[in-house]
Amino acid sequence: MEQFAAVRRSKDGQPVRYLVVDDSVFARKNLARIIETFGGQVAGEAGDGMTAITEYERTTPDIVLMDITMPQMEGIEAAEKIVKQHPEARIVMVSSVGYQENIVAALQRGARHFVQKPVKPEVLYEVIKYVLGEDGTVAQAAGAGA
Amino acid sequence: MKMELIQPFINAADAVLAQGLRCPMAMGSLSMDEEAYRRKGVAALVSLTGDIEGRIIFDLDAETALRVASRFAGADLPESDELIKETVCELANQVAGNAVTTLNDQGFHFRVHPPVLHTSEHGAHGSEDTEALVMCFETSIGNVFMNIALRYNRSHELAAAGA
Repeated sequence: MEQFAAVRRSKDGQPVRYLVVDDSVFARKNLARIIETFGGQVAGEAGDGMTAITEYERTTPDIVLMDITMPQMEGIEAAEKIVKQHPEARIVMVSSVGYQENIVAALQRGARHFVQKPVKPEVLYEVIKYVLGEDGTVAQAAGAGA
Repeated sequence: MKMELIQPFINAADAVLAQGLRCPMAMGSLSMDEEAYRRKGVAALVSLTGDIEGRIIFDLDAETALRVASRFAGADLPESDELIKETVCELANQVAGNAVTTLNDQGFHFRVHPPVLHTSEHGAHGSEDTEALVMCFETSIGNVFMNIALRYNRSHELAAAGA
């Protein structure tokens, strides 16, 4: 899998911490592998919206990658509840269902961005950098700029 | 079954498989099946409800599912029943989601339900399982079968006509 220049937290230079929410273990593992190629760290995982809320409280991640179609509580509702409690939460919806209504609903309820499955690592990488803004920094590879 | 309902699923399957597998692929056999569904390997079913209702089933043999999982992950994965089931479900989920995106943008509104494993050897008889379109995507790592049975929801059509 392609490696990317590591994206780190500006405040302390530590790896960006992610909460990965998807009812498919396969999808979560794939996202975790992609996150590793960004130099990130999986702080927690959840398989439904309810667990996502409790995992957010427990792990306080820098970024949440949130599926939409899930049992018990869907991703958009979970995103809304998290953002209500934590307006600073950075939630990126990651779903195969990418029609405009869904995207608008997610953004209106507090999500910061949307990435359609199957996830292209290079697309997610750019979205992560955008969503982090000044709170993220791209680490220079050793010897770069020499 | 209307081709306008089917085509987005064919396009979505083609796109998802091409991106995930990164190997040559061709559409093989295509047939209408009026009998109840007969499972070939590990099968996942995604139900749709709303303006359009029905279901799609993805069906792969276990060896192919493991190879598909490894291609999607970009690394060789160990054999595991759970991983194989997860792979088939996620494949069905991604194809259904991408197709629904296209159909929604055409004005159809419906809900995609999370994929479930189709464990019985035969599908239930009934209108949902009649006139299913069965197609096979032939890839260099194995065959992927897709079985689609969709129809317009008549109550939604009548409600729209009466509006």
